[in-house]
Amino acid sequence: MKIAVLSGKGGTGKTLVSVNLAAVSPESVYIDCDVEEPNGYLFFKPQDIKNKRVTVKLPQADSKLCNGCRTCVNFCKFNALAYIKNNLIVFNEICHSCGGCLLFCPQKAISEKDREIGMIQRGISGNVRVVTGMLNIGEASGVPVIEKLLQDSRKENKDVFIDCPPGSACMVMESIKDADYCILVAEPTIFGVHNLEMVYELVNLFQKPFGVVLNKCLEGENPAEDYCLQNEIKILNKIPFDLELGTMNSNGQIAVRKHPKYRDLFQNLLQAVRKEARHETASDS
Amino acid sequence: MKIAIPVDDNSMDTSVCISFGRAPYFLLYDTETEENNFLNNSAAASQGGAGIKAAQNIVDSGAEAIITPRCGENAAEVLKVAEIALYKNTNNSIRDNIEALKEGKLNLLDDIHPGFHQHGGS
Ligand code: SF4
Ligand code: SF4
Repeated sequence: MKIAVLSGKGGTGKTLVSVNLAAVSPESVYIDCDVEEPNGYLFFKPQDIKNKRVTVKLPQADSKLCNGCRTCVNFCKFNALAYIKNNLIVFNEICHSCGGCLLFCPQKAISEKDREIGMIQRGISGNVRVVTGMLNIGEASGVPVIEKLLQDSRKENKDVFIDCPPGSACMVMESIKDADYCILVAEPTIFGVHNLEMVYELVNLFQKPFGVVLNKCLEGENPAEDYCLQNEIKILNKIPFDLELGTMNSNGQIAVRKHPKYRDLFQNLLQAVRKEARHETASDS
Repeated sequence: MKIAIPVDDNSMDTSVCISFGRAPYFLLYDTETEENNFLNNSAAASQGGAGIKAAQNIVDSGAEAIITPRCGENAAEVLKVAEIALYKNTNNSIRDNIEALKEGKLNLLDDIHPGFHQHGGS
């Protein structure tokens, strides 16, 4: 089962939920798709680390073959190319590596070279295989890194927990594409409702089954809970606002590995997710 | 000397456009012959890399200088390779800026901003 955990913005508890769920599952894979700011590995502190570079193809023109016809410049819909003073200039960060310019160059003047945009790090932490995507600073899009991250997970028969990037942009869409179930994490504030709405629209767009985890819950008013009730959104669990949990979290400790109280909480959550996901697949067929 | 200015409309009475890559038109003005021409900015509608495409169009037009309020990093790189000088406008009037350039009163543009990408979270 593949479970994606998402939230409208960072700091909502997305990593807390995905890390603890992965840790409480008997055998699992945790994939950190928050490639601009991965932090799941700080909790897991994985061993036996292996790194793999992620590269994309970048076009390169041979100035001896190029006759300046500009077919490539006109073709590139991202405007990643310019032809100035008898030279083809390629803007690395804008190029989407579609390969079109290479295909359409009448002179066969364009070849491809590899450009590194990030890294994938794999390691082990007890019962969890920890996979982390890291995007190099200054890169515009982490989508190629996320694609690589999720490629391998397709073959997985263990539980896979995907820690998504915050927000609802294209990197998040890439991350939830093959998830069986989505968990939306929300904070109990008006602002939290706004963030929840964003991801709620996204999972609806992708027609993914989903449920909400309400984090940092206090006694009294909870606008996020009201929103869920109004829209008939399944609430999977409520995590109380709790200083002990906050301290463990800021110290990079995994709550379920430290305290039976949290072990129970996340075990229950995992069970609720399993039940919901199974229910969804059953009603699908 | 041929100069280019991003403008809001294809008329000499319009004003300097605040955007470079997304300007609807470029005025091409020849300071010797006083001829003017308006170039339709085909880059204005592009999803990304508008500055690069606009810069390419201006280079192709044969302009040797540009007067603009601002310019993105990538467009600036194209213009640098093409050795086109970038000047900052003083106000929104096309005529004032052309006069100021003729008199050597315009400063070079140093406000080069990093590009706005279409990706990433918000
Ligand atoms: S299409 Fe090929 S020959 Fe034409 S400008 Fe591009 S690289 Fe040069
Ligand atoms: S590979 Fe595609 S995106 Fe990159 S420069 Fe060529 S046409 Fe443009």
